Amino acid sequence: MEFISFLNLVFVAPFVDMVSFPIFFAEVVIAGVLTGIMYSLVALGFVLIFKASGVFNFAQGAMVLFAALTLVGLMELGVPVLAALLGAVAVMTVLAFAVERFMLRHLINQDDIILFMATIGLTFLIQGFGEMVWGSNVKALDIGIPSESFEVGGILLNEFDLFAAGSGAVLVAVLAVFFHYTRIGRALRAVADDHQAAMAVGIPLKTIWVTVWSVAGFVGLVAGIMWGAKSGVQFSLSLIALKALPVLILGGFTSVPGAIVGGLIIGVGEKIAEIYWGPLVGGAIENWFAYMLALVFLLFRPQGLFGERIIERV
Amino acid sequence: MLYRETGQFKISYAADQSVFPIAQDRWFIAAALAFAFLVVPWIANEYMLQAVLIPLLIFSMAAIGLNLLVGYAGQLSLGTGGFMAVGAYMTYKLTTAFPDLNIIVAFLLAGLVAAGVGLVFGIPSLRIKGFYLAVATLASQFFLLWLFNKVAWFYNYNSSGTITAPPREMFGVVVTGPTATAEVRYTVALSIVVVFAIIAKNLVRGRIGRSWMAVRDMDIAAEIIGIRPFQTKLMAFAISSFYCGVAGAMLVFLWLGSAETEAFSINESFNVLFMVIIGGLGSILGSFLGAAFIVGLPIFLTNAPQWFGAAMPIDLQKHIEIMLFGSMIIFFLIVEPHGLARLWQITKQKLRLWPFPY
Repeated sequence: MEFISFLNLVFVAPFVDMVSFPIFFAEVVIAGVLTGIMYSLVALGFVLIFKASGVFNFAQGAMVLFAALTLVGLMELGVPVLAALLGAVAVMTVLAFAVERFMLRHLINQDDIILFMATIGLTFLIQGFGEMVWGSNVKALDIGIPSESFEVGGILLNEFDLFAAGSGAVLVAVLAVFFHYTRIGRALRAVADDHQAAMAVGIPLKTIWVTVWSVAGFVGLVAGIMWGAKSGVQFSLSLIALKALPVLILGGFTSVPGAIVGGLIIGVGEKIAEIYWGPLVGGAIENWFAYMLALVFLLFRPQGLFGERIIERV
Repeated sequence: MLYRETGQFKISYAADQSVFPIAQDRWFIAAALAFAFLVVPWIANEYMLQAVLIPLLIFSMAAIGLNLLVGYAGQLSLGTGGFMAVGAYMTYKLTTAFPDLNIIVAFLLAGLVAAGVGLVFGIPSLRIKGFYLAVATLASQFFLLWLFNKVAWFYNYNSSGTITAPPREMFGVVVTGPTATAEVRYTVALSIVVVFAIIAKNLVRGRIGRSWMAVRDMDIAAEIIGIRPFQTKLMAFAISSFYCGVAGAMLVFLWLGSAETEAFSINESFNVLFMVIIGGLGSILGSFLGAAFIVGLPIFLTNAPQWFGAAMPIDLQKHIEIMLFGSMIIFFLIVEPHGLARLWQITKQKLRLWPFPY
């Protein structure tokens, strides 16, 4: 008897809930979609760098934090918003130059895992530097994004979330065009395919790397603004990188649309699981649910949703 | 001249297969062990043991475990913290449920449980490779910690949610708990680590280790020459998790005394991975060197300013410490991507020929 009621709790009751309160369910889904977009923004930075240099850049989370810290720090010094934005972009570009000059250049042709480890070292470096320069207090970020709530068909929406979704969409569109139709975008893809072959046909590796790290820094800035405006600029921002990882493997490391779709799946799945199944096991399953989802998913598609097919030869 | 064999004088297979073919190596290892067992407990003070040597031993153990998996079997894993937590919590359960159980036996049983958990989380490794696998193993990290936080059974329903090492005796000496002296805990940790380092060293020279390395270098080719990749990978996950589990148990019972799941956070996983990579992938000696580096560096960075008489605000110092830690790691990876063990190997090659390099 107890077993049946358990089955009921797991497999029936949540779905009954979903159907009987469709508006609440819609709100949950929308909240998931919007969180998912925020995840996608972070995951995008990873994808860009992985595509162009084959480096799994763990420091993306720290870059998000650093970009947001720089922006807030500049604004606290009395710099107008637009100038502060430009300043933050400039700082991220300088960072890209420094990374290329002092790190990547010395690690060409090393194993992936060595590069990965180096970016973890970079994470510490950027975090320490950012907090040393700008301080480690929680800072509020307000660049004038409206955050009024309003109702559409009984569903509560927030302007800020819509704004975040919109800017995410624009960013993705721009990046997609950039990667597919520009000369430098094609060069980026060539480098991603094979460092040495790309060099052999005359693609300047250094320029490409600086470009792609700058673009990733810019994406990090956008992600930092969104997350910072939502929950304040603080150390925990760098931890959302961990949340972006399941998004990445779900979507595939090399795919920009994958990052978006993966983000949405993770965001929605996580919210639904937390609200409908979370209470059964004591809650707080958001921490690991995304990983489990990605793990189960990978068993069926090892390269992720949109990743390039892994071909193995002896 | 001093450090070489001066030719091939092996007259038996046993000599050919010895772990340390060079006589000086054997003497050195024997002397180092004698020093560590007999001299260190008498001369080292409480701070030295508690802050440096015990964590060094414990993390060496974890690093050996992870090195078996990453360095020998080629399966990148970020779940070390989770497996260490399994070892710690299982030891806690075992030793509180059976107070008469020898604590070493409890460690080993907890290690076996960790190995079982490692088996389960190793299953995806057949289909998933590289970074995909690394991220997949993060699932174990987060899931296991969540489990130990949420299910009160694991910490015996106490209100604080921490596990505390109860006092347990061995040969009439208190080994764990608040009353155990640092010297005793050091000696126990050292004994465990030495035994398991020897086992690991022999494991990787034998059939299992060779099949791991074959799978690491190219798993399809390994499969074709008759190595079963699934069993081999699962074996690597199980044995690696066993080592990590024992290390986790030692972490709580021989070092910290009490801990929450926080002690096994993702940062620990990264730290152990750093040890493996900086020490040298695929090297048992490297695991020790890497652990010494990662355990020692923060302590050095904390204390160094005082030696030079430079006083600075505590938070500034903390930030500089983090920055230096990060840059040292990058620096080491650039200078010697194959780790400290490779540096030692190069030195050894040079020494063998010295002073007649022709």
